[in-house]
Amino acid sequence: MSTAQADVRNEPAVRKNPARRLAGLAVGLVLVLGAVISLVPFVWMAIASTHSTRDLFTSPPPFLPGGQLLDNLSRLEETIGFSRVMLNSIGIALVHTALSALISAMCGYGLAKFRFRGRGLLLGVILATMMIPFQVLLVPLFQMMASLGWVNSYQAVILPFLASSFGILLMRQGFLDFPDELLESARIDGSSELRTFYTVVLPCVRPQLGALVIFTFMSAWNSFIWPLLMLNSEDTYTVPVALNTLTGLSRVDHSGLMLGSLLATLPLMLLFLCFQRQFVSGLLGGAVKQ
Amino acid sequence: MAAPTSTLPPAPVVAPPPPPVKRRQRFRVIPWVFAGPAAVLFVVFFAYPLGASLFQSFTAERDGASVWVGFDQYRRMASDPAFLESLFNVGLILVIQVPLMVGLALLLAGLLNQSWLRFRGTWRAIYFLPAVTTLVAYAVVFQVLLKTDGGLVNQFLSLFGAGPVDWLNDPTWARISLIASLTWRWAGYNAVILLAGLQAIGKEQYEAAALDGAGTFATYRRIIVPQLRPVILFCAVTSTIGTLQLFDENYVLTRGGPDNATLSPVVYLYKTGFEQLDFGYAAAIAWVVVALIAVLSLAQFFLFGREKRR
Repeated sequence: MSTAQADVRNEPAVRKNPARRLAGLAVGLVLVLGAVISLVPFVWMAIASTHSTRDLFTSPPPFLPGGQLLDNLSRLEETIGFSRVMLNSIGIALVHTALSALISAMCGYGLAKFRFRGRGLLLGVILATMMIPFQVLLVPLFQMMASLGWVNSYQAVILPFLASSFGILLMRQGFLDFPDELLESARIDGSSELRTFYTVVLPCVRPQLGALVIFTFMSAWNSFIWPLLMLNSEDTYTVPVALNTLTGLSRVDHSGLMLGSLLATLPLMLLFLCFQRQFVSGLLGGAVKQ
Repeated sequence: MAAPTSTLPPAPVVAPPPPPVKRRQRFRVIPWVFAGPAAVLFVVFFAYPLGASLFQSFTAERDGASVWVGFDQYRRMASDPAFLESLFNVGLILVIQVPLMVGLALLLAGLLNQSWLRFRGTWRAIYFLPAVTTLVAYAVVFQVLLKTDGGLVNQFLSLFGAGPVDWLNDPTWARISLIASLTWRWAGYNAVILLAGLQAIGKEQYEAAALDGAGTFATYRRIIVPQLRPVILFCAVTSTIGTLQLFDENYVLTRGGPDNATLSPVVYLYKTGFEQLDFGYAAAIAWVVVALIAVLSLAQFFLFGREKRR
């Protein structure tokens, strides 16, 4: 108390008290150390993707970007057709995200604004899917796709995980606050239910929709075990599957791998830097009320 | 005193019970136009495979046909050294990595929450960055960082005359490498969740504690952490579930080796199901994972979910 009273000009106590200053310094040091550990793999990934594999493991390792970026890129293209792989990943993630967000938003709206037979059952199923890990479904889903002749097809990768219980509940929560009177007046004006949904309701839940789109894109982009099972030729591979194949080759091309990892991560990093808030709220998934 | 429900983790948004229905509701088309697509997808790609997998776990392939074997597949697990080793491995991660990571996340969140800290958004972004890395890509990067001869980590260690350490080929070090890489990716993620929780706690509480003469550390221990309990529980439960479902990291980093030292139940499931085509056994393993997740999540709710009497 006495120090606070002595602090006439009301400056932050940090500046005055040497013990606090030391504590502040310690906090800063720990934060910087943690940040360095967080960032080193990224920096190394970027540097390594511009060097040849042989240079990566020399002592001392290269600290500055080298000139092998294009070489690595063309080798990556030769071994696994990386541009095609990137296009596959982008296409699958975009289609998955668009369809999944639409289906989730529609279902969330139906659950939030209508009472109907089967509603309770549907909610029960949604909660059950959240509790049961999807690995249980792997074997039967694989057999289903095999008997449909869909192995190595895009729809086999996209369809099974389109309906997302997380997305439905997130959207439902957003729609609950939507005033019923507005819906009523739209109905009285003769707007069809679907049109009301697209033109009146959907624009009002943009924050939730944004978080959902980003979260869905990220999980579609990262998705590994299911595409690994479904996709078995280079022209259908997604980025994670292609990277995994590269690590299994007899002579591992490390700098190519680092470039591939960089290219796999860049889209998500850019998205993250542009939409930080949606990212965080999407990943928090309602853990914290903000 | 808060109602008991508020001490449960807030994670899933649970639906309020629908109002009691007096008469049987008439079937309405419009709601199903909205809910229908998702419902169809759930039936085809969730309900059906779920049932099929449960059935499958009681069958085995004999001479090209699947026959009913009762609980044989489940009994088989009890004496399968590879499966038991995979359980031991995730158990080790649960006991060491999860508390280590949540503790670290709590520390980071506390530091990031200091009122005088500048550029908080930037710090938060840096710590969150690992969580937006493509899972497979980060496993690949760690593989290169941890390479025995010439990898960056070993080169760094050699500056101090230590190493080289055989990070990925020695069973013990492979486990340590897996734990370290998991912590690298998820500590910041959990710190950001905890930070959001910290910021939801009113400023007055810090001020009141400071007025009462409590130091920063004591304030956190006695005032803040107890209030943060639901968020900490959320982090612990999601990390537990994530650990039990571990696949991407250890599959890419070490393929579950060396000598099954980093084998997880899901990698084992993948190998039995899709490399040995032993579908019945794979299904049974999956159901044991489900049961473990259910039991451990519930145990965490009951052990840590309730507020202690003060």
